[in-house]
Amino acid sequence: MFEDFLYLLRRNGLKVSLTEWMSLMEALEKGLHSSSFTGFYYLCRCLLVKSEADFDCFDRTFLQYFRDVPFEQEVSQELLDWLDRPDVLTDYANWDEEQARINEMLSEEEIEQMLQERMKEQTEEHNGGNYWVGTHGMSVFGNSGLSPKGIRVGGQGMHRRAFRVAGERRFRDFRGDNTLDTRQFQVALRHLRQFSGLVDLPATEFDVDNTIQDTADNGGMLTVRYKKPRQNTVKVLLLMDSGGSMDYYAQMCSALFQAVSKVGHFKDLKVYYFHNCPYNHVYRTPNLMSADALPTDWLLSNLSSEYKVIFVGDAQMAPHELMGGYYYGRDRQRDPDTPKCGLDWLRRFRNKYPNVIWVNPSQRPSWGQYWTQTYDTIAAIFPMFPLTVDGLEAGMKKLLAR
Amino acid sequence: MNEFHGRQNYVADPELMRAVNIAMVLQKPLLIKGEPGTGKTMLAEAIAQALDMELIIWNIKSTTKAQDGLYVYDVVQRLYDSQFGTAGVDNIEKYVKLGKLGQAFTAEKQVILLIDEIDKADLEFPNDLLWELDRMEFHIPETGKTVIAKHRPVVIITSNAEKELPDAFLRRCVFHYIEFPDKELLAEIVRVHFPDLDEALLTQVLEAFYRIRQLPSIKKKPSTSEIIDWIRALQHGGVDPKRVVKEIPYLGVLVKKNEDMDTVRRMWR
Repeated sequence: MFEDFLYLLRRNGLKVSLTEWMSLMEALEKGLHSSSFTGFYYLCRCLLVKSEADFDCFDRTFLQYFRDVPFEQEVSQELLDWLDRPDVLTDYANWDEEQARINEMLSEEEIEQMLQERMKEQTEEHNGGNYWVGTHGMSVFGNSGLSPKGIRVGGQGMHRRAFRVAGERRFRDFRGDNTLDTRQFQVALRHLRQFSGLVDLPATEFDVDNTIQDTADNGGMLTVRYKKPRQNTVKVLLLMDSGGSMDYYAQMCSALFQAVSKVGHFKDLKVYYFHNCPYNHVYRTPNLMSADALPTDWLLSNLSSEYKVIFVGDAQMAPHELMGGYYYGRDRQRDPDTPKCGLDWLRRFRNKYPNVIWVNPSQRPSWGQYWTQTYDTIAAIFPMFPLTVDGLEAGMKKLLAR
Repeated sequence: MNEFHGRQNYVADPELMRAVNIAMVLQKPLLIKGEPGTGKTMLAEAIAQALDMELIIWNIKSTTKAQDGLYVYDVVQRLYDSQFGTAGVDNIEKYVKLGKLGQAFTAEKQVILLIDEIDKADLEFPNDLLWELDRMEFHIPETGKTVIAKHRPVVIITSNAEKELPDAFLRRCVFHYIEFPDKELLAEIVRVHFPDLDEALLTQVLEAFYRIRQLPSIKKKPSTSEIIDWIRALQHGGVDPKRVVKEIPYLGVLVKKNEDMDTVRRMWR
């Protein structure tokens, strides 16, 4: 019927399957759209879209596809029912070319505001004009008007309402690529799990299969067997950039931190802080006081390579902070293996840990070369993901992939 | 065909009613998502009352397995019984107990089955139910019997979006997202719960409530169930409506987190 709509939805990234499409056809056959365009919109939405994150995408596609569909037939039928006046759409006596053009230019908001003003002023019935709320006229509101654009006053199921609903795009905030709250981060972090029964825990779970087997072997005398519980074996090392340009993202980073610590299903979780780039020390607190400092070497030699490492930072700093110079210069040694700059430290992390990602709350700067320099350098070492729900999920998958 | 038109004690917006009716006609499970406290669970009760059907609730916990909903074969009991030679050990059916889904299938009349908070269970849980929800039947290998639904139950599933649900599962559902009600709808909902509430108090309560919800730094926004508790507290305490917006009495009923309490207090000074 309008299969193009299916393909348009799929092209816009909504994975609508044939099963769902067939359900829609079945629903239309059963008249579940209650013969109205608005009903059709809701029917499509609840059968084809399965997440509020996709509502916005659906609204846009719907607008795009159905914008130019001719409505005359359907509307005239509705109007006849509602107004019970058979002459409605054949009465073009009041058509005014110029007024039509003016009305065409008005935005939805302007019309709405004009309507509110008019409602306050108007005290009597008007039909056929181009100013008041009434029927048969050229004004932008009222019933059975001739204006190319406008608001119908009174009555239900006008054909434009679906556009108004879709056009409002109320679900913009639910899109998956938005940064959202702790709860959603937690959901993303739950992807990071690997269950195993081979952990050093006492056998506390009742093992039905072996109990039956052993009881049978034992000639029917009950022999109870226990097994070790399955547990998540993922260990996480979280390293967070703190201070400076990261202050803009403080709320988002704290949300991520809370989510990571609240999920609580990791076998081990270590959190340390650094400024811009880890050098020979990392810190236990975000204030980066020297009393809380911990040698990065110690970290690298004591945390085994099974830890999954997540860096959080905007990766934007002065190039010398990453490539060497003042920040690292003072305790440089002659030993060629000693890291000489932040970049060397990052490489050490990469060489030690097979699973490292960098999560970035900021986007790649679109202006100027200066800030993109370090951004691109770091993105070349570690797979970089944006700090959004989608980005975090993709990052978690990357961490689990061998 | 029965149709759902809301209920005296449950105010549903037209979109929701439409979704419920679509799901019932197409005989597909209805998946409901929405902010906590928007009445997802209440919906099933309202439908059950409106259509005068029995409601079977299957509460999902993190340890729930799909199998639990179908039937449980109590091996251990049988093992114990066998040791003491209790009569009827041969009869396996005695040890097969139907779960909630099984009960819904075997019910004499059409029932409403609410699978509450499906996202609490393991990631694989929804996939394990695909066949059963599609065909409305399952097989019990222990007794060699197949349980087939006498009347297809109306299945309502709620989710708090804690976990992604698998695509194959979603494809079979009708989806509806309950939005947070706007001021008028919320006023209507409140009136349903408090039919003789003072209008002055209601206006003040709603104003304070939406102002708190709109504070940008609020972490856990108060929801419908909280506003109802709050009004109850205000009525019980006999608070003067004029004080409500100014002072926000009984703030603890409305806002549950310490940080949020501090935010509200700071903004109200």
